Amino acid sequence: MTALAPPAPALDLRTRFYAELDPLLDAHPDVDVVLAVIGSGYMGRAIERHPGRVIDVGIREQALIGVAGGLALAGRRPIVHTFASFLVERPYEQVKLDLGHQDVGAVLVSAGASYDVSAGGRTHQSPADVALISALPGWTVHVPGHADEVAELLHREAAGTGRTYLRLSGQRNARPGPVDGRLHLVRDGAGTSSSGSAPLVVAVGPMLDTVLDATADLPVRVAWTATPHPLDVDGLRALAGPAPVLAVVTPYLEGTGAGEVAAALVDRPSRVLHVGVPGETELRRYGTPRDHAAAHGLDAAGVRRRVTSLLG
Amino acid sequence: MTTTTSPPAPRATPPTSPPRRVPQHVRDLVARVTGDEKHDPSAHSTLDVVWTLYDQVLRVDPARPEAPDRDRFLLSKGHGPASTYAVLAAKGFFPASWLDDVASFDSPLGHHPDRTLVPGIEIGSGSLGHGLPLAVGLALGLRGRSPARVVVLVGDAELDEGSNAEAIQVAGRYGLGNLTCVVVDNHSDSLGWPGGIASRFALERWDAAEVRTRDQPRLTAALRRTEPDRPTVVVVDTTTTSESTATPGTTVKESA
Repeated sequence: MTALAPPAPALDLRTRFYAELDPLLDAHPDVDVVLAVIGSGYMGRAIERHPGRVIDVGIREQALIGVAGGLALAGRRPIVHTFASFLVERPYEQVKLDLGHQDVGAVLVSAGASYDVSAGGRTHQSPADVALISALPGWTVHVPGHADEVAELLHREAAGTGRTYLRLSGQRNARPGPVDGRLHLVRDGAGTSSSGSAPLVVAVGPMLDTVLDATADLPVRVAWTATPHPLDVDGLRALAGPAPVLAVVTPYLEGTGAGEVAAALVDRPSRVLHVGVPGETELRRYGTPRDHAAAHGLDAAGVRRRVTSLLG
Repeated sequence: MTTTTSPPAPRATPPTSPPRRVPQHVRDLVARVTGDEKHDPSAHSTLDVVWTLYDQVLRVDPARPEAPDRDRFLLSKGHGPASTYAVLAAKGFFPASWLDDVASFDSPLGHHPDRTLVPGIEIGSGSLGHGLPLAVGLALGLRGRSPARVVVLVGDAELDEGSNAEAIQVAGRYGLGNLTCVVVDNHSDSLGWPGGIASRFALERWDAAEVRTRDQPRLTAALRRTEPDRPTVVVVDTTTTSESTATPGTTVKESA
């Protein structure tokens, strides 16, 4: 028994991920962590207490995924981590073949999100990661917006067997939401003339607080999910109404998931706006993540402009 | 403390029956694989190695192809699966009739193998440079938990893929004594390997041996050999039938 209260859990999503690894390895004897250097300096306790279970392959991202696939073939549950650019894009064929084609599972946990590493430039940015992962069969994509969500998702997925992409961002919401894979109504638009059929704005993961701010005085309802893929089709259909007017606001490549939304609403006359990181031009600027959000129209003012255009 | 794995059991004595050449009935099975298979020479260059592994080296049971402690054979050079299919059929992993319509829509056997369709096939392969990294992960996952060996077959041209360089380095640094890489060297690489293939493994702390494919006793001995603290590589030259140039385990010298 200790007389000292434990330190408050970290609020930063990536910091929380690192902090959860030691208890996670205690709780799940079949879990191994696979790294390509990134993160190894932040999990000393896990490395020390679980010899052989944190495997750092050095700066070798093809081996990072290949080794994870082999571990899974041996019956292990690999948790694989580095920046999104080097976890998804660089070894994309390994993700496709060494995990998917072998029909084995893994939990890929990325850091960096779309433009967390704004000062690092394009080499360290990967806004297309969710689109790329979603293009492969059998993946679940979680985009949490709060550190508590990270911890819950991590422990649940560690106990699972599937292929999971867990996208950690420097952007976060003030409060955690339910990470049950469903789409949840956060603000019902009460006070608007016809709240039941008011346009619906779906915020994904860490975009929620920005969307709430952007639409505070707009006649819209706001829903949220931390699991954009696979899409909660039943939830979307229940919330969207018979003639959906819908905006989907994502912190990654604009239009990611558009096919799933369209398929879910195929039998209804609908207008759908996708708001995210534009894909047509490369923003050759440094600065802060806040600068990049503004440049991409993903700050509150930008989201408000886009949603207003939908309202017509 | 809880654990779901048992400590490694002592390995049984390796099979001791005298090494033998590939029997005619196995060659006949290879011939049953449809004649228009895309990469025929590649398939045949692996037959001596694959037969020797399944007949003399690996601890596998066709009745229990998913046994947790089975030795694993990974055909990384997936474009030459005919010999592996034939050997697996000869050993009873699946009916020989499967060999008669390879790559038809209803056949579990294709020009590149799929582990989810074929008993005894440990990985789906075809795109080059994936087997060795997978084998490294398998060996890491099995080490200390199972007596199983992991044996991966790659081609000399396949080694051109940079992913192999990463895997060779990782396996060497982690000292994976349960891992063996067999390089079937039919001299089909595009730009050559100055200094030889084996020396690249040896430099990364692998135990390296070079044998010729038809030198059956030395091939068998080399494939059986393991070292407790390092992975082993056997470079098998398929282009000649003369005696081997090196004894398994001897230090590899640079040669052109």
